Amino acid sequence: MTAIAHTASVTETPFGVLAALRWAAGRDLRLAMRSRSELGVQLLFYVIVVSLFPLATSPERNLLAAMAPGVLWVAALLASLLSLSRLFATDFADGTLEQIALSPYPLPALVSGKIAAHWLTTGLPMVVLAPLLGMQYGLEGEALAVITLSLLIGSPILSLLGAIGAALTLGVRGGGSLLALLVLPLCVPVLIFGAGGADMVRAGLSASANLSLLVAGLLVALVGAPFAAAAAVRISLD
Amino acid sequence: MNEYLAMGGYGGYIWGAYLMSALVIAIEVLALRSRRRAALRMAAATPVDGGSR
Amino acid sequence: MKLYQLASPATFYPLAGRLAPWFAWVAGIFAVAGLWIGFAIAPTDFQQGEAYRIIFIHVAAAWMSMFIYLVMAFWSVLALSFNTRLSAMMAQSLVPTGALMTFIALWTGALWGKPTWGTYWAWDARMTSELILLFLYFGVMALRNAIEDPRRADRACAVLSIVGAVNIPIIYFSVQWWNTLHQGASVSVTAAPKMASIMLTGMLVMALAAWFYAIAVALYRVRSIILERERGAAWVAALPETKAVKS
Repeated sequence: MTAIAHTASVTETPFGVLAALRWAAGRDLRLAMRSRSELGVQLLFYVIVVSLFPLATSPERNLLAAMAPGVLWVAALLASLLSLSRLFATDFADGTLEQIALSPYPLPALVSGKIAAHWLTTGLPMVVLAPLLGMQYGLEGEALAVITLSLLIGSPILSLLGAIGAALTLGVRGGGSLLALLVLPLCVPVLIFGAGGADMVRAGLSASANLSLLVAGLLVALVGAPFAAAAAVRISLD
Repeated sequence: MNEYLAMGGYGGYIWGAYLMSALVIAIEVLALRSRRRAALRMAAATPVDGGSR
Repeated sequence: MKLYQLASPATFYPLAGRLAPWFAWVAGIFAVAGLWIGFAIAPTDFQQGEAYRIIFIHVAAAWMSMFIYLVMAFWSVLALSFNTRLSAMMAQSLVPTGALMTFIALWTGALWGKPTWGTYWAWDARMTSELILLFLYFGVMALRNAIEDPRRADRACAVLSIVGAVNIPIIYFSVQWWNTLHQGASVSVTAAPKMASIMLTGMLVMALAAWFYAIAVALYRVRSIILERERGAAWVAALPETKAVKS
């Protein structure tokens, strides 16, 4: 725990929320950087899935542009799910998670740090790629901007909600599919408002309602999900 | 009687709806009975160890 | 008997056994009355003909599917707050019935939609929300089955039920928004005909029947759950029904 002690001496509140956040996020990011290829593979999965839809339907420009918001969003959901099972699983397997839960730092803050690292390594790359993939689908101008923005606001929500599911299914048989069954219905509103925004713009309307609702959802998830996920971690560790 | 059952041509839909509902309710009740029998068998086979699960 | 004594499975088991038949009989009476109103008394609808008679079971099942989830979430809150096993067992006993009601709502809704609106499934707001509710129920059941330790399963399913319950209004609101956007005119595919009061009465009576049925079934099921989970206890071995199996 020397890493915690060192961080603690740098901050004002030794066992405070910020210290916990920084420690957890920093550690997870460092670990992720050590297996950069795994991150690349996850991103590649996203790109491949998005590329499959035109092959399965038709390359006709209008059809693709109409499909684009939905395809980008569903693919983002699936790619997010793939990496979620690893959010807690590796730490759980070698006993680190138990140590983390026993530490004097607030568990919701530590969990938030892990979720932040997850989003930075999984969600953010998808947001960066979105304009490129959107252009492949014939999206332009404002629609392109809105789909990227909606993914930027919405993908953290996917990480937050998914963390609850990941914590509940720790060490459980059939973990990956079970996680999908648990998390996907909860993500339906995010999907609807996220993909709907670009649809509105393509129809000539404003996407401000969608984006506002997404921001509201993000704020609620930021406040609620870490506590739910922390509770779920403690339940799984008992 | 036949006219009544035909329900103005909608008979298939109406009876299809109600019969399926009755069927799944019957399945639930039967499943409950068999679960109780299995639970009693398990309870009878378990030695008294004060344990609860 | 003090209220908190009810939290003991040993005390609740016989009580549930005495209450359940009462609820079952009342449910049966309400069901007969509701079906009588629905089929013998209520007139033919001007727009939908006889096909509207499906609403008597469809609406009751749909209301119960939502209500049972809320009750399940309520027991889950109790289970997490007071750490009582019986609260978690009550939540556990409700899930299959809730899923059943959701299935009936979906099936009867599809059969109502076909003659009325020409299609079995139209992705309208209410039916789509009901489908997602079915997924939520399946999720709780799958989680319960996947976790081996019953106490961990209790708490995990409690958290999941609560998170789901909080989400349900959000899901419904978002699906409704999505649906009105894409269907233009806000005509719900499964809109009930203008309610003659006798039709409304029939629906309410059937809803009561469904409610009492759900309570009866939950009480029966929790008795089996108590037997399964308390089977090492002395009071279980002393029960006449357990002794009857031994012999």
